[in-house]
Amino acid sequence: MEFADWISDARNIVFLVISLAMVGSAIRVVTSPNVVHAALMLVVALAGSAALFLMLGAPFVAWTIVLVYIGAVIVLFLFGIMITRAPTGRDSVRLDHERRWPAAIIALATFVTIAWATTVAFEDALISEGVTTADDLGSVLFSRYVIPFEVVSFVLLAALIGGIVLARKDPDQ
Amino acid sequence: MIAVLDNFWALLGLKVLAATGVILTVALVIIFAELKISAHMQSRVGPYFAGGRYGWAQPLADAVKFLQKEDLVPRDADRPVFKMAPMVVLAGTLAVFVIVPFSPDLVVRNLDLGVFYALAAGSIGTVGVLMAGWSSANKYSLMGGLRAAAQLIAYELPLVLAVVGVVIASGTMSMVGIVEAQAEPFFHLGDTAIRLPYVFQGQIVGFAIFMIAMLAELSRTPFDMPIAESELVMGYLTEYSGIRFTMFFLGEYAGIVAMSAIASTLFLGGYYFPGLDSATFGPVVLLAKIGLLAFVMIWFRWTFPRFREDQLQSIAWRWLVPLSLVNIAVTATFKVVF
Repeated sequence: MEFADWISDARNIVFLVISLAMVGSAIRVVTSPNVVHAALMLVVALAGSAALFLMLGAPFVAWTIVLVYIGAVIVLFLFGIMITRAPTGRDSVRLDHERRWPAAIIALATFVTIAWATTVAFEDALISEGVTTADDLGSVLFSRYVIPFEVVSFVLLAALIGGIVLARKDPDQ
Repeated sequence: MIAVLDNFWALLGLKVLAATGVILTVALVIIFAELKISAHMQSRVGPYFAGGRYGWAQPLADAVKFLQKEDLVPRDADRPVFKMAPMVVLAGTLAVFVIVPFSPDLVVRNLDLGVFYALAAGSIGTVGVLMAGWSSANKYSLMGGLRAAAQLIAYELPLVLAVVGVVIASGTMSMVGIVEAQAEPFFHLGDTAIRLPYVFQGQIVGFAIFMIAMLAELSRTPFDMPIAESELVMGYLTEYSGIRFTMFFLGEYAGIVAMSAIASTLFLGGYYFPGLDSATFGPVVLLAKIGLLAFVMIWFRWTFPRFREDQLQSIAWRWLVPLSLVNIAVTATFKVVF
């Protein structure tokens, strides 16, 4: 498809704006010298992914990202950062890591693999029987995928108990 | 006029302007109510002169006073984050109004996921509060921000779980759908159909949990530790002045309206009242219910002392969360059995 045709579709412009904002903020997450700024940039990146899910017609996933990731996970991140150390301006501790280049290469390789796999697998194919509404998601989750669902909740329960065990101070010791 | 309304952007702009205008007006009314009710409850004069009678212009005068003040940013503050924080808080609150139905048709957007969307939009404000607390470079602000975050996380869970009971009972997450489910006859007494809101259909525990969690989410007394004057000056609001303080202030009262609107829609029947035509009287009925709940919140503020921080956490985790889980289990059992 020609770029002129591609850009004349309003949806593609919206997609472009959201994606550029996401890429920019994602880069800032790893390059920002201040750890709080990094966490706030992660909010922008997550909001962008929620917006992309909205564009794909999957509002339930989009609002779950907002409720769980922005409303709870990022808030816990920020809470953890601020309760331990909260420098405004430049962080006194270097947030860098000496193995940043291997990390960058692996990140890039992962991106290329996923991008290549999804492009080759789907190309321009329309997905006709997508499950998007909350109704359908609920039915599918509790009929066809009930065992994976239960397994995931069991893993989460184990993680929860593990967290308590790690955080708890035994009075005997 | 109709040609203008056909244009998507013109209609969108009109809706945004109308919604903002209505919300801010209602917020000003609630601020005035708080001034007057607190004055009467404490046997003092309160606003009396502004505007001639009853001091009705006091909130307007306050707003003009705040707007005239200088928009100060502390020298050590993180400027962009400091400036963004009130906008994030206000945006999160205003976004909730998208799904509040004032009548079957008078709703910005009747989303399928109405309640879920409202909870998601409402949770954004927490990030703004943390941003405000941190970027002020002030230890009182930081303490206030941390307290607010701990409180908002703890009470978000019972808030969401209390809503689940209503969603199970009505079988939908759409706000209009929930009101319509409450307009259905609950049982028949002879030939008369008895229509009851969910609070009288066994969701009274859910309603109580929702109201308590709502007070905590709004940082209203008895849960106002984030801005406890005697300990933290004004908490995360300490360094704010002028227009940005006004945004927080309006956000707080718009939040009261938003949460009251959701609570009245979920538990009190929303725009529906038996015997009144929803299409005509819907907005009045809903505003009356919002006013009732807002009055209760103001009443609480001037009646109860503040909780301690550890009491706040233990109420949420030891009582409200287990109770709301029991509520869900009982509601689901009744739904399946009957």
